[in-house]
Amino acid sequence: MTDSVSPGSPVDRKAVIDAFARRHRFKWYEALPWVLAAGCYFIFDGYHALGAQIFATILFALSLDLLIGFAGIVTLGHAAFFGVGAYAAGIMAANGWQEPLSQLVVAAAAASVVGFASGMIVLRTAGLTLLMQTLVVAALLQELANKWSSVTGGSDGLLGMKIDPIFGVFRFDLFGHTAYVYCLLVLFIGWLIARNIVYSPFGRSLTGIRENTNRMHAIGAPVDQRKIVIYTISAALAGLSGALIAQTTALVGLNTLALSKSGELIIMLVIGGVGQLYGAFIGVPLYMIAQDRFSQIDPIFWYFWIGLFMIFVVVFARGGVLGVCGRFLDRWRSR
Amino acid sequence: MSETLSITISILFHGLAMAMVLYLISVGLSVTMGLMGFVNLAHGAFAMAGGYALVLLMKQQNWPFGLALIAAIVICVVLSLILERLLYRRLYGGDELDQVLMTMGLIFASVGAATWLFGPVSQSLEPPAVLRGQINFMGRDFPTYRSFLILCGALLVTALWLGLERTRFGAQIRASVDNLRMAQTLGINTSRLFTIAFGLGSGLAALGGGLGADFLNVGPNYALEYLVYFLIVVAVGGLGSIRGPFVAALIVGVSDTAFKYLAPQYGAFFIYAITMAILLWRPRGLFGQSA
Repeated sequence: MTDSVSPGSPVDRKAVIDAFARRHRFKWYEALPWVLAAGCYFIFDGYHALGAQIFATILFALSLDLLIGFAGIVTLGHAAFFGVGAYAAGIMAANGWQEPLSQLVVAAAAASVVGFASGMIVLRTAGLTLLMQTLVVAALLQELANKWSSVTGGSDGLLGMKIDPIFGVFRFDLFGHTAYVYCLLVLFIGWLIARNIVYSPFGRSLTGIRENTNRMHAIGAPVDQRKIVIYTISAALAGLSGALIAQTTALVGLNTLALSKSGELIIMLVIGGVGQLYGAFIGVPLYMIAQDRFSQIDPIFWYFWIGLFMIFVVVFARGGVLGVCGRFLDRWRSR
Repeated sequence: MSETLSITISILFHGLAMAMVLYLISVGLSVTMGLMGFVNLAHGAFAMAGGYALVLLMKQQNWPFGLALIAAIVICVVLSLILERLLYRRLYGGDELDQVLMTMGLIFASVGAATWLFGPVSQSLEPPAVLRGQINFMGRDFPTYRSFLILCGALLVTALWLGLERTRFGAQIRASVDNLRMAQTLGINTSRLFTIAFGLGSGLAALGGGLGADFLNVGPNYALEYLVYFLIVVAVGGLGSIRGPFVAALIVGVSDTAFKYLAPQYGAFFIYAITMAILLWRPRGLFGQSA
């Protein structure tokens, strides 16, 4: 916010317009995550499978950030779309359609259809009722996947998935080398989409809806329509992420639709910081690497400590890592 | 014909017993939601604590049922008051997302703590000898414990309604739910009211969790697993209402029992579908105030 200028004279107006035009330009630090991710490919050779999981989950958290951070729609059922995407890709792969890229497209389409349909119902409400409705949608789908075991494998999970090499060349290997690059590229595309949305007029109107819904109604913004659009887009991105996880692990289970999945995702996002587009890039790796380390030592304690940590973040460290760093920066600058 | 009748009676009976448990647990959530607008997702954790306290005091310390039940309630009320002072109070009137996160964190902590303290296996309740077996009523046999549950629930519901309608404290709560600022202006100590209501709600949840260990298995994942049921009861009933959750609990309890008995292959599917339908029709719940 260093380049805010008070409007008035034509010169100032031009400065304002310039500031707006500059706002969405790529900045140098936005390349950091990608440089890091590319570097990690060569440094941490043994951890490519984990890396692929992290990238897919970042995409998932990014899609949630669009809802919670930008549109202000607090949801507890985002795993529904992740699960739909995972099951869509998994069911295709288990039934003879083994081409991965078309699976991604179908998974995103299926998740966006579910997102649109449930959004039409869910987004009519707000507050606790909205939370509960999103939760019920996920529970409904989980029960469907559980009981429709002839297609989904029920509580045993979907087994026997086979995935063809990407473009017929890059085979998914045991060590996750292909998966790492594949997930990173899909995440990059997803990030470009999310970034464009956030900086578009549409994205600004979402922020407006979050900050003051009534005023947005008053200035004539089609609030309900915009909420549904972002809900559908976010569902599609979550579906993509689910399909990535399904393809790279060759396993889909009921836990992809569970409440604990949504809850963990919110926690990851909040650790990084909500509504800042890069929270997902910080929170998800922190969470998943810590989980990978600590849950080997003591898996039971993991939930306990992450719960306590969450309470601590909410009460003492508002805004997550990015929020705390931002406050430190502000204080340092104002000296 | 008589078979249909006995199935209907059986479904109504078990559904009613389940409704009582759901109501006891959820009514506190409804009141705290209505009073403070606080999204307390961790409410189920108090019910879980009550369940564990009751089961373990009876099993390991050989305490009698009644005493263990009272102890469970006291433990939970104290626990909830401590947490209210330390954590909840900071977020009253705050951001909804913060409340969701904090209570989600509490849920995860409760899952971890329960697994650590009591192991991953769920505990089962052994009712005292008096409450075991069957009871004969109008030529039909009913399980004694569930009859006791219904009786207990009915007594408590009546006491709760009388307390809210007839006492000064009840009037203060109703006033604060209707209009918090006006109530404060009139000199009601709403801060103290919040604390008492919160403790009372948690105590009721502990009672429900303890008595209902029969329906809702007391395991470490309790707060996550049954959260959707509690939220359904509160949202369908309408926030801040005392009667709404009762009707909602009846609907959920009876229809859940009915569907699980008549169409077990669909599981809990219909409950969720019905909930969506009701909230599509009345987004503020059956008894919610229209804003």
